[in-house]
Amino acid sequence: MAGSYDRALTVFSPDGKLFQIDYAYEAVKKGAATVGVKGSRCIVLGVERKAVAKLQDPRTIRKVVKVDEKITLAFAGLTADARVLVQRARVEAQSYRLTMEDEPSVEVMARYLARLLQRYTQRGGVRPFGVSAMLAGFDAVTAEPKVYQIDPSGTYFSWKANAIGGRNAKTMREFLEKHWTPTLDDDDAVDLCVKTLLEVVDSGAKNMEVVLLKIDPDTKLQTEETLSDDKLDAIIANIEAEANEQPAEAKDMAD
Amino acid sequence: MTDCTFGFVGQKHKFVVVAADRSAARSIVVFKQDEDKVLELDASKLLGSAGSAPDGVAFTEFIQKNVALYEIDNGTRLDTFATANFIRNELAQALRRGPYQTNLLLGGLDRESPLYADDEASLYYIDYLASSNKVNFGCHGYASNFILSIFDKEWHPDLTVDQAKDLVQKCIDELQNRFLINLPE
Repeated sequence: MAGSYDRALTVFSPDGKLFQIDYAYEAVKKGAATVGVKGSRCIVLGVERKAVAKLQDPRTIRKVVKVDEKITLAFAGLTADARVLVQRARVEAQSYRLTMEDEPSVEVMARYLARLLQRYTQRGGVRPFGVSAMLAGFDAVTAEPKVYQIDPSGTYFSWKANAIGGRNAKTMREFLEKHWTPTLDDDDAVDLCVKTLLEVVDSGAKNMEVVLLKIDPDTKLQTEETLSDDKLDAIIANIEAEANEQPAEAKDMAD
Repeated sequence: MTDCTFGFVGQKHKFVVVAADRSAARSIVVFKQDEDKVLELDASKLLGSAGSAPDGVAFTEFIQKNVALYEIDNGTRLDTFATANFIRNELAQALRRGPYQTNLLLGGLDRESPLYADDEASLYYIDYLASSNKVNFGCHGYASNFILSIFDKEWHPDLTVDQAKDLVQKCIDELQNRFLINLPE
C-alpha cells in the first residue's frame, strides 16, 4: 500500500496518512540528537556533535543558532534544510521588528515557522523540510522560559523538556519524563540535559555541545553561554562518578 | 521635513558627531519640537536623515533592520564603509523606480582590524540621488549654506570631544542668528 501512495505529497493514502511527511520525520530521526530542558530560570540546549572527518574543521558546524536577539534555535535533521529555515526565521524576525517596532516572542516565531512548514506540505512540486526545530527564549514580561518544538508537518507545541533526533529519541524522552521537575536550577538543568544526551551519545565533551540560556528575573538580562569543553568534561566526570557510587550503595542496602 | 543635519569626525580622538534639528513641521504648522532624526543603526553607527520625513523614517529603519540581520547572520558587525555602500546601493536601485527623498549622514566607528590600521571614525555624506562620499564634515539642507563655512574655518583633525561640543554650539548659534527659519532645538 505504501508503494503507490508515498510518491506525491499532495496525495492522501486510504488510511489518511501523508507518507511524505512521515518520511520527513524519518529524516529528522537520522539527524543528531538534540535535547532541550526548561529550568526554573534557564533553558539548556544540548546537541550531539557527530564525529567529523579528521581533515574537517569542527568549528564550522554550528547546530545551536541565534534567530533573533533573544531567540535561539536548535534543530535535528537535514542541515541544508535547517539553514534555509533559519534564514527565513531571521528575516521574519527583523521584518516583525520593522513593522511592530517590538521584538517577536518565541511563540510568534514558532507560529511563523509552523505556518511555513505546513505550506510545504500542501503544495505540488515541493517536499517538506526534513527538520524538527526547537525554539528557546524567555517571555518578555514574566521572564518565564519558553521552549517550542516545530515538526516537519507544521505542528508546534510548547514543551517542558524534549528530545529530537538521534539514535533513540524515545529513550531520551522517557528519561526526561522520569527525571524532569519544575524546579530545576541552572546546574540541575544542565546536569539533566547532559545525562539525557549520555543515554545515546558516547561520553566526552567532544561529542556534545551544550548551551545554557539564563535570565535574571529582576533585570530581565539574558545571557547565553556555550559550555566549554573543560566544564563539560567536569560535569560528565561528576555524573559518571555518581553513577558508579550508586551500585555500591545498592549493594550496601542489599546486605 | 528636516531642515538641517550636520556632522563631523574627530580623527585624532576617534569620535563622530551627527546632529539634526528636532522640529517636525509641514507648511506653516509645527507638529512637534522633539522629533529624533538621528537613528542608531547599531552600537557604533549613527544615521542622520534630512529631507522628506516619511521617506527618512521608513528608509533609515529599513537600513537599521538589515544591518541587524547581517549581524545575526554573520556573527559580526558590518563596518562603516560596507554600510555606506549598502545604503547607497539601496538608494540607487530605488532611484529609477520610486526614489527615497532623503539625504543621509552616516557616522561610524570601526575597531582596528585587518582593514583598518587603527580604530577609525568616519562620516559618509549620502544624498538622495545615491551619491556617497567619505568626508570630514558634512551638512544637508539650507543649513549647509551657513554651517559649511564654520566647519571650513574651525574643523581640524585633532578636535577633542569638548572642542567638538563647542563647535556644535557654534553651528547652532549661527543658525539661530542667521537662518530665517527659527529652529529652537
